[in-house]
Amino acid sequence: MSIVVDGISKSYKSLKALNNISFDVKEGELFGLIGPDGAGKTTLFRVLVTLLFADEGKATVAGFDLVKDYKIIRESVGYMPGKFSLYQDLTVEENLKFFATIFGTTIEENYELIEDIYVQIEPFKNRRAGKLSGGMKQKLALCCALIHKPTVLFLDEPTTGVDPVSRKEFWDMIKRLQLKGITILVSTPYMDEAALCDRIALIQDGIILQIDSPEAILKQYPKLIYNVRADNMYQLIQSLKLYEHSHSVYPFGEFVHYTDKRTYFNPNDLKLYLAEKLLTNITVEITEPTIEDAFMELAK
Amino acid sequence: MKRFRGFIIKEFYHIFRDKRSLFILFGMPIAQILLFGFAITNEINNVDIAVLDHSKDASSEEIINKISASSYFSIDQFIERESDIETVFKQGKVKAVLNFEKDFSKKIIKENKAYIQIITDATDPNTANTIYNYVTAILQNYQQSKNRNITTPYQITPQTRMVYNPELKSVFMFVPGVMTIILMLVSAMMTSISITREKELGTMEILLVSPLKPIQVIVGKVVPYIFLSVINAIVIVVLSIFIFKMPVEGSLFLLGLESVLFIITALALGILISTIATTQQTAMMISLMGLMLPVILLSGFIFPIASMPFILQIISNIVPAKWFIIIIKGIMLKGVGLQFIWKETLILFGMTVFFIGLSVKKYKIRLE
Repeated sequence: MSIVVDGISKSYKSLKALNNISFDVKEGELFGLIGPDGAGKTTLFRVLVTLLFADEGKATVAGFDLVKDYKIIRESVGYMPGKFSLYQDLTVEENLKFFATIFGTTIEENYELIEDIYVQIEPFKNRRAGKLSGGMKQKLALCCALIHKPTVLFLDEPTTGVDPVSRKEFWDMIKRLQLKGITILVSTPYMDEAALCDRIALIQDGIILQIDSPEAILKQYPKLIYNVRADNMYQLIQSLKLYEHSHSVYPFGEFVHYTDKRTYFNPNDLKLYLAEKLLTNITVEITEPTIEDAFMELAK
Repeated sequence: MKRFRGFIIKEFYHIFRDKRSLFILFGMPIAQILLFGFAITNEINNVDIAVLDHSKDASSEEIINKISASSYFSIDQFIERESDIETVFKQGKVKAVLNFEKDFSKKIIKENKAYIQIITDATDPNTANTIYNYVTAILQNYQQSKNRNITTPYQITPQTRMVYNPELKSVFMFVPGVMTIILMLVSAMMTSISITREKELGTMEILLVSPLKPIQVIVGKVVPYIFLSVINAIVIVVLSIFIFKMPVEGSLFLLGLESVLFIITALALGILISTIATTQQTAMMISLMGLMLPVILLSGFIFPIASMPFILQIISNIVPAKWFIIIIKGIMLKGVGLQFIWKETLILFGMTVFFIGLSVKKYKIRLE
């Protein structure tokens, strides 16, 4: 086991940020923490990289105890905080060099590990970090977190505020790092990124709702889910919510994801109801649940 | 050691890339020393006064000539009526009025006694006081010259000699003060800001997670500013020697050592502030309010400590600047060696050790 978390709780004054969190991450696994803003993801990361003490519970990272062996943990983990945490007034190369130096290594020594990523930002190596685009900044931050060849990598919302293309590239990079044997714990508020992880933990208000592989979580989704569509989106949502048999109604892109309370449900009943409500161009068809649906169902 | 060196190099990058701070860092000492040296002064020069002469005789004229001949006063106008006194004060240009009584000469001869009224504008009490002293001195001088031929039963003549600053140049008083302020400001404020900046930007999070030891981070932050502050101290001393002819009677080497000690005291305070403050703004406010004000008000730089209320005199003892000002005044003006200022040095040293100890203890290796 690379990370073992056992009953971690953490409060800020009256707010319970983490409530009895337990999970473990296998060696070489890509583990995702999925949850909305304020769910406690960043607090959990800070506890695991020894920046915060937990109020209760214990945990080990790379086999070392969080409290007793914090110095060893600090040497062996790579941490990329959510907020862009590089020196804006230093150039790309200077930033990388600085982090290599304080971890007692050099860029050359571990170059093969970051090569894939660094070649993309190398053309800008003399540019100040503050002048990079969001995607570039994240790539640089990842390089800096990797430069000392960590065994466990903590990425706190690495793709927040990054454009879709860069996000995709970033996840490709994460996957490649996993192939090099690094255990990765990544957090994200984007549900679509969850499917890219080996296993995920859905977290909300400091509580873990479910831990499993993305496929298993989808398989366990208890209901049939329908894509509903009509011309007037707003009215459609209102009408669906008022429908006496409706179980859940969530807007999802151009559709509304709808589940019904009844075990036997005929989509035509719904169509008739919606037509009564003067909606036009109504379609109702069955669809596959997503992680977001699973999350919404669990968070209910 | 390599890690530590890398950290210091990074700090120098920060300092030299921030052009605005750099300008403040080196522009401020020069501007302050010139301002204090030239503009802000306790001396009076060419103060405008008015004369209300009711007698207009030989003696009053002689005195008026003597006063206007001095470089301290220039006679702006002669007024005729008592009621004009208020008017000229209200106009604001005239700072004092000399009022000679009627039959001035006659009274001197007949009664051996005559009155001159000195009315000063005390909206600025210091100036009013100085004017009064200067006028009295001129009058006394006049009296003595008149009495030279007459033998009085006995006479006490004070013989004054102003040592260490015979010309009473106020710049001699300001240079030590300004040097203290600048060193305090640069060292304490700049370090506290540079440490809190890391907290604000979130880079502190990574530094904490890195194997860099807390003491390495602190010392790494401090070393560049010791370097800059020493340069500042040199600039101030050179400026005051060459522009204001400030003497350095004692050893320059000792002055240098004491300055380095004070710089380290200030840096230790800066670190202490950064352990309390979480943003650059608060760090700056604490430095300004908590350090600058005591340095200006309680160090004896502007207001003499002996004339403060007792409680403030006690408090002034914990202001490091007080001791440093005593030390540099001693070295620069009196030319004393360590045997006369060892006590002050020791106090400063003790404070430094205390602040460093406290900040290392308070420095958090975690986020809370």
